[in-house]
Amino acid sequence: MNDAPPSTATAEAPPGPLREFWASFSANAGAVAGLVIVVAVLLMAALAPWIAPHAPDMTDNTAFLRPPVWADGGSWSTPLGTDAIGRDMLSRLIHGARLSLTIGLAVVALSIAVGIVLGMVAGFVRGVTEIAIMRLMDVILTLPSLLLAIVIVAILGPGLMNAMLAVSVVVLPHYVRITRAAVLAETARDYVTAARLAGAGRLRLMFIEVLPNCAAPLIVQASLGVSTAILDAAALGFLGLGAQPPAAEWGTMLADAREFVLRAWWVVTFPGLMILVTVLAFNLLGDGLRDALDPKLKR
Amino acid sequence: MLRFILTRLSLVIPTFVGMTLLAFLMIRLVPGDPIETLAGERGIDAARHAALVKEYGLDQPLLTQYAIYIGRVLQGDLGKSMITQAPVLQEFTALFPATIELATCAILFALVLGIPAGMLAAVKRNSVFDHGVMGVSLTGYSMPIFWWGLLLILLFSVQLGWTPVSGRIAVKYYFEPVTGFNLIDAWLSGEPGAWRSTASHLVLPTIVLGTNPLAIIARMTRSAMLEVLGEDYIRTARAKGLSAWRVVALHAFRNALIPVVTVIGLQVSVLFTGAILTETIFSWPGVGKWMIEAISRRDYPVLQGGLLLLGGMVMVVNLLVDVAYGVINPRVRRAS
Repeated sequence: MNDAPPSTATAEAPPGPLREFWASFSANAGAVAGLVIVVAVLLMAALAPWIAPHAPDMTDNTAFLRPPVWADGGSWSTPLGTDAIGRDMLSRLIHGARLSLTIGLAVVALSIAVGIVLGMVAGFVRGVTEIAIMRLMDVILTLPSLLLAIVIVAILGPGLMNAMLAVSVVVLPHYVRITRAAVLAETARDYVTAARLAGAGRLRLMFIEVLPNCAAPLIVQASLGVSTAILDAAALGFLGLGAQPPAAEWGTMLADAREFVLRAWWVVTFPGLMILVTVLAFNLLGDGLRDALDPKLKR
Repeated sequence: MLRFILTRLSLVIPTFVGMTLLAFLMIRLVPGDPIETLAGERGIDAARHAALVKEYGLDQPLLTQYAIYIGRVLQGDLGKSMITQAPVLQEFTALFPATIELATCAILFALVLGIPAGMLAAVKRNSVFDHGVMGVSLTGYSMPIFWWGLLLILLFSVQLGWTPVSGRIAVKYYFEPVTGFNLIDAWLSGEPGAWRSTASHLVLPTIVLGTNPLAIIARMTRSAMLEVLGEDYIRTARAKGLSAWRVVALHAFRNALIPVVTVIGLQVSVLFTGAILTETIFSWPGVGKWMIEAISRRDYPVLQGGLLLLGGMVMVVNLLVDVAYGVINPRVRRAS
């Protein structure tokens, strides 16, 4: 159902690759919904200081645990209520989008960069180097992801940077494996042999000839990877190992809210809802990208 | 067949060595002097410091240290907890049944709901039910389970008062552990109400831990069924005039089960990851909570041992699934 209708090509010139991609992507309602939410969260993150009604760490000691506006005792000045030390929930959630997106994008950028290099090296150099790299990736993949991340953070010390580093390590094997598999498939092709005969050096072969042809699965994995990164980093924050208070990170906010679960539902409900919606949106987007970019990858 | 199993085994050994190496290097990567870290804030005098350096073999070359370490691991000695001084393995085996009980319930929950939902969704492809199952399972897959747990507590424990908030059983019950699985032990004890109390404590953690596997299993069952339903032999079965139910349940389902079994095996890792969060939320006395507590106490041997034991267990299950897969599906055996 995601294929472009075949009849359109008869009258006009064949669509360019971007047009074709968009036609296929936009036919998928879920993917478009995911894209819209992702753009909305991106805008929210970019414009946070201007759209948030208050500063995220401004406390108000006249309004501890004030309920949302529609509940008894709510107020329009804090539409989603306040937390235990009177900070505006809405403002903290909006600023939290900045942290969560930064985490998601930074983790994916780091792991994709390292993953491409390691995957390229494994695919081109082969031999002992390849075995060493792939075995190490197997070890990382075998260990339960959050457990490994927790241990890494326990060694490096809790904090946002270390949590991001830990999550990057945990998701790294996916990128290495994808890159290596793509490299192995591509290097057998004629154009690589042609380039090699034309005198292209190894680096040129790796990054200019082969890499662009590995892009589709990497883009899909990257988009799905953002959601994993956000989820794992929030879990670390929830366990007190990620971003530290008073940072307005959604997972950390949930950790703070845990003790008020019995009397203030809003401090627990909203941060988790933000995590869920954002992660869901990136997953929808990733699924849509996968279907549009590479129908073979469709599960 | 034997060759297939041996090939798989030979792949596991380097992974295990890598895991021990990782666990071994982990403690050495902790910034600062390991003995002073061990001593904590109380500090330590120079003579005791030197004695401990010798005791832990820290004056030896790194490779020798690793050889000593792996020798101990192979004999089942994973060191002692720095806080309780009890052997790590002993603490682990005491707490592990609680985790296994929870994980077993969670995977059963996921299977009982996930497989029929996935099958039905495939049979009624593109129906409202199919879209519903896919939507719910994508949501379950994206769910931050630590939040999901809090929400369920909020609804079922706080608002409705149906289930307890935390723990494994009400304090008033006591019985000797026989199997370590409270559901069985409570039933064996014959104490009235004990089994009920155990079950009610298990409900919410089971749902929380089962949510991610449920989503994955439902999705996987659906796509495996869709693939099988498109095969020629299914058309033949239909053409022979077999009832729709028979075709789906007997002919299609059996073959769809092969990829599903693999996915179920892969859930062990997901379950251990989830158990860390679920046990923390529900104060469930299992190995996940134990390891999280070890972090705040900086109890590195516990972290090291726990990582190795849980990782080793995932490795063994993956191996078993691989072998089982080869047994069910000869094509896999040949290909490797």
